[in-house]
Amino acid sequence: MEPRIADFLSGIRQAVGSDQVLTESEDLVPYSFDGTAAIKQKPLCVAFPANSQEVAACVKLAARYAVPVVARGSGTGLSGGSVPVDQSLVLCLLRLDKILEIDERNLTLKAQCGVITKDIDDAAARHGLFYPPDPGSMKISTIGGNVAENSGGLRGLKYGVTRDYVMGITVVLPDGRLVQLGNKCVKDVAGYSLKDLFIGSEGTLGIITEVLLKLLPRPAARKTMLALYDSMEAAAETVSAIIAARIIPCTLEFLDRVTVGCVEDYARIGLPTDVEALLLMETDGHPAAVDDEAARMQAIAIKHGAREVKIAADEAESNRLASARRQAFSALARVKPTTILEDVTVPRSELARMVSFIRKTAGKHQLLIGTFGHMGDGNLHPTFLTNERDAEEMHRVEIALQEIVEETLRLGGTITGEHGVGMAKKVFLKQQYTDDSYALLKDIKQALDPQKMLNPGKIFE
Amino acid sequence: MCLPSCPTYVETRRERNSPRGRIALMRAIADDEQPVSRSFGEEMYYCLGCLACTTACPAGVNYAELFETARAEVEKKQVLDTPQRSFWRWLTLEVLFMRPRLLRAVGWLLRGYQQSGLQKAVRTSGLLRLLPSNLRRLEPQTPQISPAFSNNIIDEVEKPPAQTSRYRVAVLTGCVQDLAFSNINRDTVDVLLANGCEVFTPAVQFCCGSLHAHNGAPELARELARKQLDQFDVESLDAIISNAGGCGSHLKHYHSLLKGDARYEKRAQLWDAKLKDIHEWLVEISFRQPTAPCNVDEATYHESCHLTHGQKITAAPRQILRSIPHLKFVELPESNWCCGSAGVYNITQPEQSARLLERKLDCIAKTQMSVVATSNPGCHLQLAGGLVTRQSSNCKEVTQPVTLLAQAYRNEKRSMMVNE
Repeated sequence: MEPRIADFLSGIRQAVGSDQVLTESEDLVPYSFDGTAAIKQKPLCVAFPANSQEVAACVKLAARYAVPVVARGSGTGLSGGSVPVDQSLVLCLLRLDKILEIDERNLTLKAQCGVITKDIDDAAARHGLFYPPDPGSMKISTIGGNVAENSGGLRGLKYGVTRDYVMGITVVLPDGRLVQLGNKCVKDVAGYSLKDLFIGSEGTLGIITEVLLKLLPRPAARKTMLALYDSMEAAAETVSAIIAARIIPCTLEFLDRVTVGCVEDYARIGLPTDVEALLLMETDGHPAAVDDEAARMQAIAIKHGAREVKIAADEAESNRLASARRQAFSALARVKPTTILEDVTVPRSELARMVSFIRKTAGKHQLLIGTFGHMGDGNLHPTFLTNERDAEEMHRVEIALQEIVEETLRLGGTITGEHGVGMAKKVFLKQQYTDDSYALLKDIKQALDPQKMLNPGKIFE
Repeated sequence: MCLPSCPTYVETRRERNSPRGRIALMRAIADDEQPVSRSFGEEMYYCLGCLACTTACPAGVNYAELFETARAEVEKKQVLDTPQRSFWRWLTLEVLFMRPRLLRAVGWLLRGYQQSGLQKAVRTSGLLRLLPSNLRRLEPQTPQISPAFSNNIIDEVEKPPAQTSRYRVAVLTGCVQDLAFSNINRDTVDVLLANGCEVFTPAVQFCCGSLHAHNGAPELARELARKQLDQFDVESLDAIISNAGGCGSHLKHYHSLLKGDARYEKRAQLWDAKLKDIHEWLVEISFRQPTAPCNVDEATYHESCHLTHGQKITAAPRQILRSIPHLKFVELPESNWCCGSAGVYNITQPEQSARLLERKLDCIAKTQMSVVATSNPGCHLQLAGGLVTRQSSNCKEVTQPVTLLAQAYRNEKRSMMVNE
């Protein structure tokens, strides 16, 4: 080992304790990937700091020895954002796992970055409060990772995404300085909105160690419905009509024919497999309003051609209906060895057109693509069912993906709605940022991290 | 998705102790990027093999097979070998659990030692301090040997009343079950008789081989599987019944175990199809709901990992408990979280096992129940041992769903006699 590296490692061991540093190959292999298929790279070492100061100390050391730093929570990201780079220090932040404060007078919650997302909402629930963002991996993802990726979830249409709930953050900058950005004030226009720069920055500008979150009162009631359609257009029209009727449901999720078929094969919930679209709708709020909205949504769905609308009678049935959507990815993942989950997003009004384009593209390249996603906010999850060991098929996947990206951008959409750019989508980013805005992105990175210390090789090519 | 389901990952929050971390290591070895090292061996034995990850896995990865193959590779490369470890492996895997009569002879000696008061005398005398520390720690966990073995209390053929006879089944008596819980085998036979099953129970039975398969000795596991297949006339039976979650999970996979064995492969396939867990079978034949209560008023239910995650049988045991009149049944929080018994894990990984047991006892305490039912001898021993050390617990008794059902059926007869 180079003396420089040996010195660095001994410094890191001093900073966090030698039992909190991993360097053996058997320990590093399991940290060489995250939730993204087919991307892996072993780091130099993994360290487990216990608090913001230890994170800062590690970053300072890394800067001194020019070792790149990759922050990681539970490693569930879907764009390779927390996959290590070669010879890097991985800072695994799971030991920063304390909820520091719930302020019922200001409706805020302060937590360290390693707290599990679901634990945040559970803690809020104990006070009758609500933390709405619910990314698919919320049972294991960390709140720090959610903020760094600006994660979405099923409730985006009504409640927005992670960014809408972040009031403040504590960040370690690339040179190891520790800063606090934001506060408990609903209104705050002092200076640039710096916290917003770090939300969704994918660990490339700073390492978020603490978050101050906004909470809402917990909705008292919720009602779940499932509608089945013979065409995706009819489902899309239903969604437009619901919104035109001044109803904002908390969830409007769809599954296409391929996905419905896989879900039924796998989970046997009794769905007809000849439907072109399945729509899961949920409304929440005051019980009387929920009843009224559910009845109106049902009527709208039938008027726009739903073959059948089921309204859950109770919590258990709600869960059963929602399981069709919740199991979509699982059901698709079983079909082939490799599952590539995309998240192109288009304006809501273009959704039906985009879904039909994806279906045609799959046919043209003889690929199996199941599409599901968030109809209410235009965020789609075309899921390629393929085999990474089949080079010829993987080539067709690449071509199809490129065509889907081009169509998305043509319709005014974005290459990623909630998964982030990371490593998986950096080749497409330039296509989306066509004018000087790509240079602006790079300027910001350059201004904050001139040494390219934090998560190099992510977002930018 | 597997991470929050894995008891070792939740404990340490280190990736190598997680299902996907372990699979990544296995894959690195398969791709020649990584040697089979001592550290890898230790990791494979730190895994409980509880299979909770297979329930959570969206992609349906067959972790059981990967895990057994990995442990076999660890044994083949001898990366963990020490003279002491080799001796114990030889004594248990190659000698005792290959020879059912010898195993019973040891059980018989142990019973004599326990019944004569010698065990008590030894325990109070301080003689145990002469043992090496790891054996001393294990001594209190020595299972209490049953006063009689299965063959003393179960006839080879037992028939239900002639007019009710509907099925012919065989009952597997197990090894630990036979030595420590022969009464549960009796209860199993009784509930089968009460539901119109003619029961065939060979007096001497071989180990099913799950111990061997899970501990990196697939050849011995195959040998034992062949012996099982030789012992039973599979064709003439409607079902072969296992009442131990861990054994059943292994017994249902003889076909993949004996793949390529021209003589046995086909019979193994038939065997797998007929192999039923007792709860599964009772529900399948629409068991008769008892009319009398059992001997306890309330119970919660701890799921055996290999019944729940290995065999995916979750509803049937609960259905049996709910069928018993006047039995108050309360769900156990985290009922499908491993109790730390995990085969011989409590012996090989005592610290992690103890932590899981504490977590389980905390959950049991939350239910306020005085009785916990389970369906695997390993869990049964682990919970019983834990409850002895935790005197403060409300819960004083470990039992099994079949035992409670058998009691209820027996109580029917008693109440009939009283009425007459």
